[in-house]
Amino acid sequence: MVDIARQYPGQLTQPAARAHGSMRQLVRRRSTIAFLMCLPLIVIVASLIIYPAFYSIFLATLNKAQTRFIGLGNFTYLLSRDTFLMVVEQSAIFALSAVFFKALIGLVTAHLVNNLPTKGQRKWRGMLLVPWVIPLALSTLGWWWLFDPTHSAFNWLLKTLGGSEIPWLSDPYWARFSVILVNVWYGAPFFLIMYLAALKSVPEQLYEAAAIDGANAWQKFVHITLPMMRNIIAITVLFSLIVTFANFDIVQIMTAGGPRNMTHVFATYAFLLGIRSGDLPLGAAVSLFMFPILAISAVFILRGVRRRGREIG
Amino acid sequence: MADVALHNVVKRFDQDEAVRGISLNIPDKEFIVLVGPSGCGKTTTLRMIAGLEEATAGEILIGGQVVNDVPPKDRDIAMVFQNYALYPHMTVFENMSFGLKLRRVAKEEIKARVQRAAKILDIADLLDRRPKQLSGGQRQRVAMGRAIVRNPKVFLFDEPLSNLDAKLRVQTRTEIKRVHQQVKTTTIYVTHDQVEAMTLADRVVVMNGGRIEQAGRPQELYHQPRTRFVAGFIGSPAMNFLPCRLERNGAGLMLRLGEGLALPVPQPRAARYQAAAGKELIFGLRPEHLTEPRGEARDPRCEFTVNLDVVEPMGMETMVFFGVNGSEICARVTPDAATAPGQPMRLYANLNHMHLIDPATDLVL
Amino acid sequence: MTATAAVAARPRIGAIASLRRSRRWSLFASYFFLILFAIFFLTPPYYMIVTSLKSDAEVAHLATNPWIIANGVTFEQYRLLFNETDFLIYFKNTVIVTVCVVAITMVVSVLAAFSLSRMRFWGSGLLATGIFLTYLIPDTLLFIPLFQIVRGLGLLNSYWSMVLVYPTLTVPFCTWIMIGYFQSIPKELDEAALIDGAGYMQILTKIFIPVALPGIVAATIFAFTVSWAAFVYPIAFLFSADQQVLTVGTVTSLIKADVYKWGMLMAGALVAAAPPLIIYAFLMDYYIAGLTAGATKG
Repeated sequence: MVDIARQYPGQLTQPAARAHGSMRQLVRRRSTIAFLMCLPLIVIVASLIIYPAFYSIFLATLNKAQTRFIGLGNFTYLLSRDTFLMVVEQSAIFALSAVFFKALIGLVTAHLVNNLPTKGQRKWRGMLLVPWVIPLALSTLGWWWLFDPTHSAFNWLLKTLGGSEIPWLSDPYWARFSVILVNVWYGAPFFLIMYLAALKSVPEQLYEAAAIDGANAWQKFVHITLPMMRNIIAITVLFSLIVTFANFDIVQIMTAGGPRNMTHVFATYAFLLGIRSGDLPLGAAVSLFMFPILAISAVFILRGVRRRGREIG
Repeated sequence: MADVALHNVVKRFDQDEAVRGISLNIPDKEFIVLVGPSGCGKTTTLRMIAGLEEATAGEILIGGQVVNDVPPKDRDIAMVFQNYALYPHMTVFENMSFGLKLRRVAKEEIKARVQRAAKILDIADLLDRRPKQLSGGQRQRVAMGRAIVRNPKVFLFDEPLSNLDAKLRVQTRTEIKRVHQQVKTTTIYVTHDQVEAMTLADRVVVMNGGRIEQAGRPQELYHQPRTRFVAGFIGSPAMNFLPCRLERNGAGLMLRLGEGLALPVPQPRAARYQAAAGKELIFGLRPEHLTEPRGEARDPRCEFTVNLDVVEPMGMETMVFFGVNGSEICARVTPDAATAPGQPMRLYANLNHMHLIDPATDLVL
Repeated sequence: MTATAAVAARPRIGAIASLRRSRRWSLFASYFFLILFAIFFLTPPYYMIVTSLKSDAEVAHLATNPWIIANGVTFEQYRLLFNETDFLIYFKNTVIVTVCVVAITMVVSVLAAFSLSRMRFWGSGLLATGIFLTYLIPDTLLFIPLFQIVRGLGLLNSYWSMVLVYPTLTVPFCTWIMIGYFQSIPKELDEAALIDGAGYMQILTKIFIPVALPGIVAATIFAFTVSWAAFVYPIAFLFSADQQVLTVGTVTSLIKADVYKWGMLMAGALVAAAPPLIIYAFLMDYYIAGLTAGATKG
């Protein structure tokens, strides 16, 4: 190439050997390569997420043996059953109360940790995140042991302090409480991490300007912290709603939906009907009831993420 | 009464002393500028006056009251930050009225004050916008508006022009001066730019390494610097420094600058330097006092010829650079008189404005 | 000026102290409440450890304080766990599945993220948003139809079905994380490399991957922890002990002769939880970066 440049000074060097055949030329085009690189992702998502999602809609319209098409039969059947209505109620109670407390605890602990000298914050953050790191199924096992009817360590403590035993998992209302408690224990650290990061992203000078303007600690929280964190709070709450709504591990392991089916959530009830009892279409129908909530939350999350992107940029 | 006083104020961060005992009296309505290189302690001092930092020792007084343990919101001060610190989720109007709302000022009063401040700063048509929609200069004016609206005892400015581009900086600088004339409140202004200090201040305080080098009116600092640091910091381009020896020459004094260059000390100045005769000193002269030979009353012995290294035409004058004894010296000459790089040029040193500095104490004699 | 001189000297001892005192109180209160929260968060793991080190007799004994080890530390539970149960089989299966899934996930995500963050093709913006949306579809909605599909493929009751379906849990979010990291690499770097003569594969391997290494580590950790902890798919698709993974195995199948040996169960739970915990202990910052990447990188 250099020789050519010397021979014909002022002219461009010879172009590289021409691509053989149009196939090579096609591959050279940027957007084709880009698409090919995305292809595995598209294949996985399309075949294992999107296709099954639509397939479940189809599945829900079949009868148990999957020989006939029965339209909305499964759905109407479910809506007529008290048990299922209770599942809807419990799923809502479970999701809403758990998310509320997780967000609250997350917000409070984030402020507490942020208040510490920076050097110590890492240690505390590390300690407080442990519930999230332990696989949920395994920590649920630990909680189950803590709630065990005969050997509950909590009950031992209560009795020693002069109180009486609590039927953590055998009384329906206590069982609901226990399930929510474990979920809050597991999920609050996630909120802590998110909110701590968000707190740190608020410029310190805004607080200084507010201090000079005359704001006390509470006013600073209400007028500066909350508005600046509004978006991240919304995103995490909605995200957690989706995940908590669809939660399976805790209920399945600790109560398997009981006592008297009062702790069942959509996921465990779908598992019971679909896998354990073998009625896949009915199970699919149960799962699909989650869809409206998920869709609405997803829309709001997306809006929130976009808005946050614009705010940062 | 809104004068400000600092008595031996010290600030220590862990082992590092950022402010080493400064004392200052600022009378009411004065526009005082703290200027110095980064790390000199000027911003720390400002933040201590604001209450954003606690003084390690010493007293800070606002309006005659010791305010060391008074939180910022009760000091009745207002601050304009370098990064504006506007509340991004509030409109301009809300930004400006936030402090008043917190103090439960009546709504009509708030509106009146905001309108008045907006008129002074020419931002009246921006009141409904959010900071994101404003330019840098506009945001800075909103930050000033937020401060004005509070009718505070003291205005504090923390390098407010550093984030603006050069042209906007000059414009806003004039704005600030104009606003001060209208609003007439004690103002403490921090900057690293000595041009801002000189143009805005009633008094300038030059700080270095946590201490005050010199405080005085701009012209005072310019013509009568007391330390080497102040002499070299104030004025752009900076003063030229050359090591020299002060020699006796009959009844008068002579400056030996090496390389066969010796200049006579003018009679009016010689008296001051008699005691230092024979010593090795540092000679200081501003570039504008090194010109092509001009003026009828000039002393021909102060003329000399050098070879120019660099020539920088600035339009109304030309700066020429040359070397003496290894040091680079700058002179400001009329454009026609300048020769070319590598060419010799005849220059005249107006020693009526010379300074001599004792290298042991860094004090100007 | 005279006003300042006329100021009566105020006692300075209490002056500076009061601001500092209020700050010290707030710090004390913070530590107090944080300790309470720490007790709440760390009680279950603590109790799990304590139980796993007790003898069966002590575990069963109701009167002794369950919160401490009264009769001496014993590793009997762990010995039983490793020698007399299928625990190690579960462990082996989980390792195989996790390694495969992490490898698949990282390859797919990195390629896709590189393409989506740097190259424009028709629908790329839509795809990126779509990926995020699919992450919001939970496994508890997909597991019923996937059961049918997996059964149709003849993979039911084989841990290879896990390798097939776990990527649905990991790939969308890991792609999202990587897109964020790749986007933060300045475009000038690619342009400099292009001028230097690099092809796209070289840009990816020689520039993007090294510069975005923290993101890759964070995404890998995320993929690992999600695969390791997955519960819904294994409990639905796997039945026999030789195919089962740790989470389901420990929780459902470690029961010897219909008796719940809680000491051994806790030991099992702890050993099963150990790998994520160890990774967390050493790579905490990457772990957290992976979590927060989704929301804060917007």
